[in-house]
Amino acid sequence: MSKVTFHDTTLEAVAGIPTGATVMVSGFGSAGQPVELVEALIESAATELTIVSNNAGGGDVGLAALIREGRVRKVVCSFPRQVDSWHFDEAYRAGRLELELVPQGNLAERIRAAGAGIGAFFTPTGYGTPLAEGKETRVIDGRGYVLEHPLRAEVALVAAHRSDRLGNLVYRKTARNFGPIMAAAAETTIVQVDEVVPTGSLDPENVVTPCVYVDHVVRVDRDRASLIGAFK
Amino acid sequence: MSATFTGIDRDTLAGIVAADIPAGSFVNLGIGLPTKVSNFLTPGSGVQLHTENGMLGMGPEALGDEVDPDLVNAGKVAVTELPGASYFHHADSFAMMRGGHLDICVLGAYQVSARGDLANWHTGRPDDIPAVGGAMDLAIGAKQTFVMMSLLTRDGSAKLVPECSYPLTGLQCVSRVYTDLAVFLIEPDGVVVRDLFGIGYDDLAALVDVPLVDGTGR
Repeated sequence: MSKVTFHDTTLEAVAGIPTGATVMVSGFGSAGQPVELVEALIESAATELTIVSNNAGGGDVGLAALIREGRVRKVVCSFPRQVDSWHFDEAYRAGRLELELVPQGNLAERIRAAGAGIGAFFTPTGYGTPLAEGKETRVIDGRGYVLEHPLRAEVALVAAHRSDRLGNLVYRKTARNFGPIMAAAAETTIVQVDEVVPTGSLDPENVVTPCVYVDHVVRVDRDRASLIGAFK
Repeated sequence: MSATFTGIDRDTLAGIVAADIPAGSFVNLGIGLPTKVSNFLTPGSGVQLHTENGMLGMGPEALGDEVDPDLVNAGKVAVTELPGASYFHHADSFAMMRGGHLDICVLGAYQVSARGDLANWHTGRPDDIPAVGGAMDLAIGAKQTFVMMSLLTRDGSAKLVPECSYPLTGLQCVSRVYTDLAVFLIEPDGVVVRDLFGIGYDDLAALVDVPLVDGTGR
């Protein structure tokens, strides 16, 4: 039972994140990445963080900047390497951070399992590959499976499109990606939105993340021009 | 040194893969070479493209004012949506794949073995930063997994091999291999050559260290 807190600034929204925390960060590349919340995390004192995210940052903003500032101890992700992942690459090669590489569907399902109260699950993904080494396996109806465990976090930083005053969320297009499952998997979920709307103005049929999963909301003005510019 | 065979170019190959995708299929195209297949799917075919980051009914690449930072494909390229598109979160997207709901997945590869093992995510070189993304889920999830690749490496050795030497992506998951020199069907009783491009069967058999069955006359 909790009431959603609305904040005026991103700094205020991330103020409670402690050093050493495991923090989930939504997004697939830049789509759905809560860049402004991560930038606020850099302003805060939290360090020695474990980050759970699909990627390990690109360019010089958001997750990449958090890594550049030496605030990340470990990254759990599926795809750290990309053309502009220089801050991750440098920190990884220098041995300054640990990497746990997880196949993308297993990453998503492990996060989902944490939010859904599942103890562990058998998945065919990765069976017989180096990423299943040391893990329990089982053959079920002739097919090989790997035992995977839930991935929990103290905090999830999520970008959504709209929130009502209760914290019900809707997303935009493929920016939804990890938002709904991370919101459910973390003890505390902090959400940045483009817009806060009155309660009752979201069609209940279209609410993607019900407010029970949301703790803190802050409205941000995304720099849409520079986001678009990054695709040029 | 063996003779050099020219075969077909990448666009022609993409057209051949596209022609083999039945109308109305749900298809995932991997990043890189397989993305080209989308250029040869006709709108009338009713093929719906799935992108692993959470969308069915993906349209072509977004140009100019169409670019929307919230709408990207698996390669993080800005794309468009077609009428009838739908969005879903990442766990649903991979459940759709893993659950066998997609008909065909087309992937690139470093190597494919004679029994259909796939290696396409890591060279295994110690200085390489490993990145797997959705490769392992895609390889084993769809009803059929097609591979598109050049048959030979730069040094002229075949990428269709008895056993993969690169780290594996999935076991016995590939059903067809489309290459610039031939199309191979991985069947329970062996590797069948379906098509040849600018090379004779005997020359192909000499290039590939895997027992082949000549299916070109089928």
